[in-house]
Amino acid sequence: MGRQLLLDNLDKPGINTLSGYQETGGYESLRKALQMKPEDIVAEVQKSGLRGRGGAGFPTGMKWSFLAKPPGEPRYLICNADESEPGTFKDRYLMQRKPHILIEGMIISSFALGANTSYIYIRGEMMYVYHILQKAIDEAYAAGYLGKNILGSGFDLDLHVHCGAGAYICGEETALLESLEGKRGNPRIKPPFPAVKGLWGCPTVVNNVETIAAVVPIIRITGEEYAKIGIGKSTGTKLISASGHINKPGVYEIELGVPVEEFIYSDQYCGGIRNGKKLKAVVAGGSSVPVLPADLILKTANGEPRLMTYESLADGGFATGTMLGSGGFIVMDEDTSVVKNVWNFSRFYHHESCGQCSPCREGTGWMYKILSRLLDGKGETKDIDLLWDIQRKIEGKTICPFGDAAAWPVAAAIRHFRSEFEQYIDKGNSDVKHYYRINNLQES
Amino acid sequence: MARVTIDGHTIEVPDGTTIVEAARKIGGDIVPPTMCYYSTLKTSGGYCRTCLVKVTKGSDKDPRPMPKLVVACRQTVMDGMEVQNITSPEVLEAREGVVEFLLLNHPLDCPVCDQAGECDLQDLSYEHGDEGTRTVFRRRTFPMRDIGDKIKLHMNRCIMCYRCVKVAEQLCPERVHGVLNRGWDAEISTYIEKAIDNEWSGNMIDVCPVGALTDKTFRFKSRVWFTKPLDAHRDCDVCCGRVALWVSGDAVLRVTGRKGVYHEIENTEDGKPGWICNTCRFEKKNLSDWVIEGPRHIDRHSVISQNHYEQLKQLKQDLSRQKLIGEKAHNN
Amino acid sequence: MPILHIAQAEFDGWLSPEVMDYVASILRIQPIEVYEVATFYTMFNLKPVGKCLIEVCHTGPCWLMGAEDVVRYIEKKLGIKNGETTADGMFTLKTVECLASCGTAPMMQIGETYHENLTLEKVDTILEEHKNAGVRRTHWEKEKIKS
Repeated sequence: MGRQLLLDNLDKPGINTLSGYQETGGYESLRKALQMKPEDIVAEVQKSGLRGRGGAGFPTGMKWSFLAKPPGEPRYLICNADESEPGTFKDRYLMQRKPHILIEGMIISSFALGANTSYIYIRGEMMYVYHILQKAIDEAYAAGYLGKNILGSGFDLDLHVHCGAGAYICGEETALLESLEGKRGNPRIKPPFPAVKGLWGCPTVVNNVETIAAVVPIIRITGEEYAKIGIGKSTGTKLISASGHINKPGVYEIELGVPVEEFIYSDQYCGGIRNGKKLKAVVAGGSSVPVLPADLILKTANGEPRLMTYESLADGGFATGTMLGSGGFIVMDEDTSVVKNVWNFSRFYHHESCGQCSPCREGTGWMYKILSRLLDGKGETKDIDLLWDIQRKIEGKTICPFGDAAAWPVAAAIRHFRSEFEQYIDKGNSDVKHYYRINNLQES
Repeated sequence: MARVTIDGHTIEVPDGTTIVEAARKIGGDIVPPTMCYYSTLKTSGGYCRTCLVKVTKGSDKDPRPMPKLVVACRQTVMDGMEVQNITSPEVLEAREGVVEFLLLNHPLDCPVCDQAGECDLQDLSYEHGDEGTRTVFRRRTFPMRDIGDKIKLHMNRCIMCYRCVKVAEQLCPERVHGVLNRGWDAEISTYIEKAIDNEWSGNMIDVCPVGALTDKTFRFKSRVWFTKPLDAHRDCDVCCGRVALWVSGDAVLRVTGRKGVYHEIENTEDGKPGWICNTCRFEKKNLSDWVIEGPRHIDRHSVISQNHYEQLKQLKQDLSRQKLIGEKAHNN
Repeated sequence: MPILHIAQAEFDGWLSPEVMDYVASILRIQPIEVYEVATFYTMFNLKPVGKCLIEVCHTGPCWLMGAEDVVRYIEKKLGIKNGETTADGMFTLKTVECLASCGTAPMMQIGETYHENLTLEKVDTILEEHKNAGVRRTHWEKEKIKS
């Protein structure tokens, strides 16, 4: 097991309370940060090479440096805790077990960005986590970590938790802003970017829970030290949510650079495939990223071992690679039907599309229907080509990255498992459980 | 000012101009088609994706091409920007895809649709769509609704351009309709069958690019290409009173705002869009209510732009004669 | 949105047009703005629901781990289909998309509580417990009881 910067001391009783967190050195980073100049904190984060942990992997320090600073206008920091990507549950785990690390990270980051009001946008389904966070925030206020003149530094910060109400799309940063303003979660058309015009038209930074939490150890051990962990441009540690057909599903903090093979089979991590089955495929970074068959997930097309880094997983582009994404590591064993899995994902995207722009609104539903028909044993060979064509016409044509996220899983399934699609057509085998046909399919 | 080159035509436009507006200044085939953008409605555009273009050079300062296709109606120009519209196969293919998506659940009931002949979606699919259809699924349907006693909403035909919502937001004192539900099931609705009842609501019909919102006083009266458009005005204390009358014989079948080349309401002399009030639109259906200015020339590319009626020199005189008769009858 | 959450908890777990109009009047906005928001988010119920709303996750990982079986088991046990409410108004069954508990799949949510690593026996116990408790317990109601 590598270094644990976020999940350390997790088993210590009372780590979810302020006193328990402080006993393990909690809020020390904050004290250190408040002695620093805000721009030095930004520089420290830039040095650390920390990249956005929400999925896109954009360098956090760079994102912070883009924040417009017009005089007299408030700036906002928003923590994106709308974790809804199928296969990802790291943020919920972290907030539930160690809420104060997020709050400490929020205070440091707000100080660095000069934000005096910050929000944590949490999805409505996680109401119980909301209460945990709220309780932790109350504790922090009482201890003088939040509110006016924090620890005598002259810096004021109000931190609010805001509850969503069930919409995957609100994880997209501009949709999140709309939702936070109390509107429908329709992504905004960019430009302008949130760094210039975000919440209430003011400059805003939106960061993932894990990204903000990672600022705490970065301040503690310095950015330079943090950058030593990992390989190349993938620095530091990353929380991976492992699920599916493995012996030990759960959240693991890895040092970026662990070989995928080790991650799946080592007892430190996933502990191998359940019931001694063989590995068939892996979705490495949450449902949106392309699925890879066993041989390509373990080794790149060049035959090098694949590592858990942004670069290594993306090696070979989408033809033979995938993405680290949000770290939602879904493992499928040999008995799994990739077609059914992609059908399941396509239903998800069909259900969650906001309906604003036409390719996504119509395209996701169309793909879902074609896949349903295919599983129902009524598919034709041309349907596979049609699916391919549809996903191509959605990808990159939409307002927000949701369109890409809906298109990629379908594309990858066809790319790597075309023969499996063909089997459904040849056999005419009706494999969708009867229940779904009645409830979810309005077909002619 | 910024110099922008679109499909090889260069033009200088003020900073902050969108690619579509710049292209419209050049005019001709290189203007990207728009379904949801409406120049006089704020924040419109960006939804339908028909105006996607390729930016091959960002600007003189930063000549990198943009990685994805961009929506021409929202993307502003930069000095030195180079844009490909109809010269890019990628754009044309994407547009073909968008047309297919827009038509995927469209009922294709043009033969019974009042918008046929002046429908943006019809034009778009003729010019940019592929032949045939690849979907085999039952199309999405919604019940037909009345919004108020003068407007019919055919949600089946709607392409979710949000223009009518923007009209309600920006012209009407209060908005009673909006977009409900999400994704595939999103619809324009008042939710509880509330009537839209204010002086400006009729402009929604004019901005609707398809036959989703139609004028109930005109429904099934005539095909638009059998009616003759005339410019006319009256003294109205609510709106500008400048309209287009669509007449057949001496009957005024329909009153609309005056729409220009891009099917948008033209500005009046004071530079503001010539929106018209519901009284002018729905209640003044006699020639005697209006001062006729003459036949209206339709620039727009569509069936009604054949302008055959303009050949009828006699028309104007006939009409003024009829108007006199009408006034007499009215006075008696 | 927080107000809609409270309103839903206060008024029997769903938002009727009257409730939404009331929310609009408090916020001094047009009712349609409330409808637009309420219909966008899946957590707002626009139809009456049972006292105990069972939401089973059926996305990706949960589905891999047998969420379908759980759904069908509950359907059979309660004699209702997905989306329906039992005749006594006690249970409503709903399938929902990912609830971010993929490592402990399959799972379902009742009220605010996550029930994870489900087995059919576990479902039995949970349903039995709720039947006996017989009341909806949301945070807002608990707060009300406290105050």
